[in-house]
Amino acid sequence: LSRIGDELYLEPTQSGLSLRAVNSSRSAFASFLFAPLFFQLYEPGSAGPDAELFRCKVHMKSFLGVFRSLPSLEKSVGKCLILLKPRASRLVLQLHCKHGVTKTHNLAFQECERLQAVFDTQRCASCLCAPARVLAEAVVHFPLTLAEVTLGTGPGGKISLRNYVEDEAEPSKTMVTELWLAEDEFQLVAVTPDSHITFCLKEFRGLLSFAEASNLPLTIHFDEPGRPVIFTLDDTVLEVHLVLATLSDLESSSHSPSTNGASHLPAPSDDFADDLESYMAAMETSEGCSEGAPSPNFSLRTPQPADSKPEGEEEEEEEEEGAVPGTPPHKKFRSLFFGSVMTPGRPGPATAQEVLAEDSDGEG
Amino acid sequence: MPFSAQPPASGERYALSASLDNARHLSSLLRAVHFQDHATCLATASGLRVTVEDAKCIQANAFIQAEIFQEFSVQEESVMFRISLSVLLDCLTIFGTSSVPGTSTALRMCYRGYGYPLTLFLEEGGVVTVCKINTQEPEELLDFDFCSTKVVNKIILQSEGLREAFAELDMTSEVLQITMSPDKPYFRLSTFGNAGSAHLDYPRDSDLIEAFHCNQTQTNRYKISLLKPSTKALALSCKVSIRTDAQGFLSLQYMIRNEDGQICFVEYYCCPDENITEAER
Repeated sequence: LSRIGDELYLEPTQSGLSLRAVNSSRSAFASFLFAPLFFQLYEPGSAGPDAELFRCKVHMKSFLGVFRSLPSLEKSVGKCLILLKPRASRLVLQLHCKHGVTKTHNLAFQECERLQAVFDTQRCASCLCAPARVLAEAVVHFPLTLAEVTLGTGPGGKISLRNYVEDEAEPSKTMVTELWLAEDEFQLVAVTPDSHITFCLKEFRGLLSFAEASNLPLTIHFDEPGRPVIFTLDDTVLEVHLVLATLSDLESSSHSPSTNGASHLPAPSDDFADDLESYMAAMETSEGCSEGAPSPNFSLRTPQPADSKPEGEEEEEEEEEGAVPGTPPHKKFRSLFFGSVMTPGRPGPATAQEVLAEDSDGEG
Repeated sequence: MPFSAQPPASGERYALSASLDNARHLSSLLRAVHFQDHATCLATASGLRVTVEDAKCIQANAFIQAEIFQEFSVQEESVMFRISLSVLLDCLTIFGTSSVPGTSTALRMCYRGYGYPLTLFLEEGGVVTVCKINTQEPEELLDFDFCSTKVVNKIILQSEGLREAFAELDMTSEVLQITMSPDKPYFRLSTFGNAGSAHLDYPRDSDLIEAFHCNQTQTNRYKISLLKPSTKALALSCKVSIRTDAQGFLSLQYMIRNEDGQICFVEYYCCPDENITEAER
């Protein structure tokens, strides 16, 4: 969660404790829901018929500071007690360590509105499921500095991963890495042929290392470019969602994803070596990269108070996200639309046909 | 051992002369008190004491008994001088700081007296280095007047119990608050930093605690920046004794076992922080 945002949202619910984070450009959202069974004791507190259970957010760094050294934690800590004390304005984290030692941290918190991205895995046309290890081994081929990666579906059920290269980059100076995974590496492949999505790798890596460490299979739900990609991990006591915005194709262009330059290139067959050569030759000669490739020219959503928003949308402290001067002007992701959620704890179905709203203000 | 048989060059007696087979026995202890550039050395028949002070609030002493040295002789009743501890440490470790077993730097220290430099002869693997470090007028040292009869509370702990705590102290807190009490929480270390407050509690029956003699509940605060350097001494030590007197002065005594199993001591004295406002818990 710390790879995504600077603040940790804690929301106790009847179905468990939910820990959430969102990034500053609202293009990544993650939630970890720990079922009551995960804990030795879980008391979410009582809420009146109209009142909701108390929720809060804390600085990610402050929270992580309590659990500083994982190896020593494993050796020395027996139990951890988490208490939310609204009246004292403190989140209490108490570690019961060996030798009878007790470490108590009283963290300051801020009250907050519910943090919820609107997404619906049912509405995604494509779905993949693979052991985390398979994806981790694939992703290791990309440099750590790589920002975005494109996941695509090819002929024969093959799945490709390619580093996303900006239009502005000089073709002669860029290195393109592409790898293909066979259908049998996955536990489930139910995808629309010739589809692709581009998303931010950094936030995905965070989830991937968690998935690998907990040995859980990772499910990827995706749809058209521009619609969010949803990664999920499921366990008897834990439910994880990571929702990332994806690059959409040019609005003005009537190109369907299939006219994307990439699909003009022959996908490698099993005879990989020969095809790689012709593939590379095609890459050099085609103009495909400049025409029809996903063009990043949508504005960054930085919710301003002036933005018209529907009723019930959460309010965050705007001063945190105001103008984002350091954001690179080129590539921006549509931000995820945060709407009010009908039923607590579950992602609400989008009420509008067009889930992602364009930022209405001019580029700044 | 090349040096012990060498007579002083000019035939004069040295005010202080000492030989040590393994300079690390000295350098590791001096590092544990190296939080200021300068130190005051006091040599008596019982051994060498190196004192470092800061802000008129904190004093650290490293004791290396005469028995640790292969040869230790002090001509007058006591010899005292001020010296750059940084330079002294650099010289003692001139052959490098890595401790490869089997190799060690041999040391001979000579001091002619007031106004003379401290001369060091260091040898390793047949290579000899001679260092002359200028000495200065010793400054008056703080006297905390801390004696065992005035101790109100005393706890002796195994160092491993405190090491992690000190290494992870929330340095955004200005103070380290120490509570010692015959009742709960018995022994508590607290910080009040940007993220909030943190308390580390040791119950009196913890197996880390070797001795627990608390007569009165005392809560005192000390500037964390002054106490943080004591982490080095803690890291080297196997046991630590924590004592406070009626004024809230703190004495930390560290028992350190060197490579040859010999025992040395380092102690820290600290004044309580007067300028404190009642902070949030």
